[in-house]
Parts: sequence; structure tokens; C-alpha cells
Amino acid sequence: MSGTLPVTLLYFAWVREQVGASEEVLWLDAPEPLSVLVDRLRARSCGHAEALSDLSRLRVAVNQDFTGWDHVAVPGDEVAIFPPVTGG
Amino acid sequence: MTFEVRVQREVFVLDVEYRKLMGINDKTGALVSFSGLVRDAPLELEHYPGMAERQMQAVLDAARGRWPLLGSIIVHRYGLLAVGDPIVLVLTASSHRAEAFAAADFLMDWLKTRAPFWKKATEGWVNAKVSDDLAARRWDIK
Repeated sequence: MSGTLPVTLLYFAWVREQVGASEEVLWLDAPEPLSVLVDRLRARSCGHAEALSDLSRLRVAVNQDFTGWDHVAVPGDEVAIFPPVTGG
Repeated sequence: MTFEVRVQREVFVLDVEYRKLMGINDKTGALVSFSGLVRDAPLELEHYPGMAERQMQAVLDAARGRWPLLGSIIVHRYGLLAVGDPIVLVLTASSHRAEAFAAADFLMDWLKTRAPFWKKATEGWVNAKVSDDLAARRWDIK
């Protein structure tokens, strides 16, 4: 069962390594909160499940702005999941 | 007024950036520069293209809202970096030194917690530091 509304997912740093991809597409049936979207991502592979097991270790951005897991993703959104940043 | 944020693989030349802010107008009396260098061991820096520039610009806009800056340049590098290599450059120009120092301090604190860059050392990904979060939070009280 897959929807018709695409959301682009981007992964960085160890999240990218554990998932095994830097980018993928998830098809939604309707807009949904990121916490629900992540539940479905976890089912995709062991790597996804491992990388996304603890949301407190992760940060999320939608369309390149930081947001929270209660944010509702809509079609066309660019959702990026990554560890806390360590630049500078 | 010159305000610029850049993300690049290649090294930056302090003097070139510095000169962009020298003599931008007659009001500039202070020019502060901070360079962050790789220490201890080589690093690889990953970044999120697009969001990196966007967040760096947002941090610069926040600094301009707090201090009367006359110019500022922020450059952040990515890719493989050796010990001693410069990673980040922050320049701030203002009429007086207090604002230029404070803005540069603020810019670094917020960049470290908001700009999407990740450091990887030979033993693995570098963990975010609680001390960096605390440093960034001290600017919440205005």
C-alpha cells in the first residue's frame, strides 16, 4: 500500500550510514506528522530501524528549517533527519 | 555594508576576507576575526548543502538584529581537513569593539548548534557537546 504524495527524505552523518542511503522518497496517502512518517520508515530495513530507534538522538528539518516531530509533512516537503550538528 | 556567508571545500585566505571589510565606510572602528582550526587529528566535514547556507544566513540575521554591525563574513569549510587547517571564519565589523567581539562570539555559539555540519574523526562521528548547547543558550537571555 503506497500513497500518491511524495516526500523526499535526506539523511546525514551516521544516520545516512546506518540507513544506507543519503536520499529516498516516501509516498503518503495524506499529510501526516513526522513521528508517524518515521514509524513507517523504521519498517523499511534493519538499518532504518537502528538509525531511527531513538528520536531524542536525532534532529529533523523540513524544507531546510529545524522543526519538531509533531510537524505535519505535506507532499513535496524535503524532510532531513540527522544527528545534532557538530560544525564550527 | 558587506554581509556574506559561504560554504566551500577550498581554504579561505584571511587577508582577502579581511580586506573586504576594511574601509567599507567611515564608521568602521573595529574589525574582529575568529578562525577555527582542526586540532588533535584530521577530520572529515559533511554538510547539508542549501540548509547550511540558509542557517548561516539566519544566524547572521539574528546577530544583525542584536548588534549594529557594519559588515560580517562567515565562511565554513567541508571535506577532508588536516590538523591545523582552518575550518571556519567569522569576521565582524562595527563602530566599537564591544559589539564586534560580542557578535563574533554569538555567531560562533549559534553556528555550532544550528549550522548543519558534522565532523567525522578516524574513530567515528564526533558527538555534539552539552557545553556547546549551554554556550548557545546563554544568548537566550537578552
